[in-house]
Amino acid sequence: MEEAKGEEVTLFGFWSSPFVHRVIWALNIKKIKYKYVEEDLSNKSALLLEHNPVYKKVPVLVYNGIAIAESLIILEFIEETWKENSIMPQDPYEKAVARFWATAAGDGLWQFFITEGKEREEALTSVINNFELLEKELIGKNFFGGDRIGYLDISVGWISYGVPIFEEITEFKIITEQKFPLLHAWMEAFSNSEFVKDTLPLREKLSERYRKVWEAIMQKKN
Amino acid sequence: MGETLKLFGWKVSPYSHRAEVALRLKGVKYEFIHEDLANKSDMLIRYNPILKKIPVLLHGDTPIVESQVIVEYIDEVFDGHPILPKDPYKRAEARFWARFIDEKVRPQVWMSCWTDGETQKSFIAQVKESLAILQGRLEGKKFFGGDSIGLIDIMACSLALWFGVMQEVVGLNLLNEDDYPELCQWGEEYRNAEAVKECLPERELIVGFFAPRKDRIFAKKAPVYD
Repeated sequence: MEEAKGEEVTLFGFWSSPFVHRVIWALNIKKIKYKYVEEDLSNKSALLLEHNPVYKKVPVLVYNGIAIAESLIILEFIEETWKENSIMPQDPYEKAVARFWATAAGDGLWQFFITEGKEREEALTSVINNFELLEKELIGKNFFGGDRIGYLDISVGWISYGVPIFEEITEFKIITEQKFPLLHAWMEAFSNSEFVKDTLPLREKLSERYRKVWEAIMQKKN
Repeated sequence: MGETLKLFGWKVSPYSHRAEVALRLKGVKYEFIHEDLANKSDMLIRYNPILKKIPVLLHGDTPIVESQVIVEYIDEVFDGHPILPKDPYKRAEARFWARFIDEKVRPQVWMSCWTDGETQKSFIAQVKESLAILQGRLEGKKFFGGDSIGLIDIMACSLALWFGVMQEVVGLNLLNEDDYPELCQWGEEYRNAEAVKECLPERELIVGFFAPRKDRIFAKKAPVYD
């Protein structure tokens, strides 16, 4: 890990937040040393509220006393501040594609998770359309970033654990090896990558949390 | 790059305007291709297969979609007027407020116009809070970007024109000079900036979109194009 050189990097996070995971993965790839502060989201710290008064959310990255919020914005900040181990494509068009997919890739997934019947069908159509296009982005590549994990891999990385959990809870398989061979392979390669492998909480713990959230939402509806 | 620039857009859309103003700020030549959103062209669907939305910037053969992505692309590819600052923290700050505008302010503003009763009251309260926060960001400057237009100004363009028109159509007066003097002053500066003047739609064009569709938009809580 790169020694901080008098620079202080602190990450305020929450163990199950996919937005926080993005930042952790980026910090790992960039080999940036940082201090991690776990927040109790039901009792947010005064520091968190001071650093992110607008949204009051995690993740927040504090660098030499200055706070940056919003995970994708933090990723770009990390890329621009630490020059080595680049995660962004160099080409402006590739950057634009990555930035587009970073937000669009997840469209419909949450809706698919928390709805039923016709609403779910519509969400699923949207999700499948997106995944078909994402699949194309992986042609000839191991990762969205090429040979190495990049900004887009990090941004959509939560799919690698989130989708299997959604599939388990809803009992509906979306990403199968037959339908999405490249995406399927990407999920495995990403999860097993040295920068990701030991960063995630136990699968069972994550699964349990998502199930609790899902049950609470479903109960409210019925 | 000697490649042609085409912008698929729609004058009534603030998203389309964002892309246009960025091109104008850089002084680059482009062809504006008007899209009829009730009858989308094959080209649009080909270049923006997921969202099928405008704006789409076609640089040579490559399509770039999503207004902020387009603006950042334009800033990176073309020299001239800088849209984002150079400093990484200032860039993060600009992107943060751009996102605040798109994720919070615009949906709140929209819903405050197209709901009623208690729901509307709640959205109005949210709008007031957001506008106050945003106005605070101006800190006495001419633009959010300082002396010249930057990313935040471009992303906030709705507040310089579209919100005012929508308010008028539905009978609200949230963004007024008494309550938000600095924000209204900013709106004036924005509308009068040279690059903006060249591509800002006429007020009547926007009224002409909203007024006849008022009831249908109210029912759907979303734009109706036909």
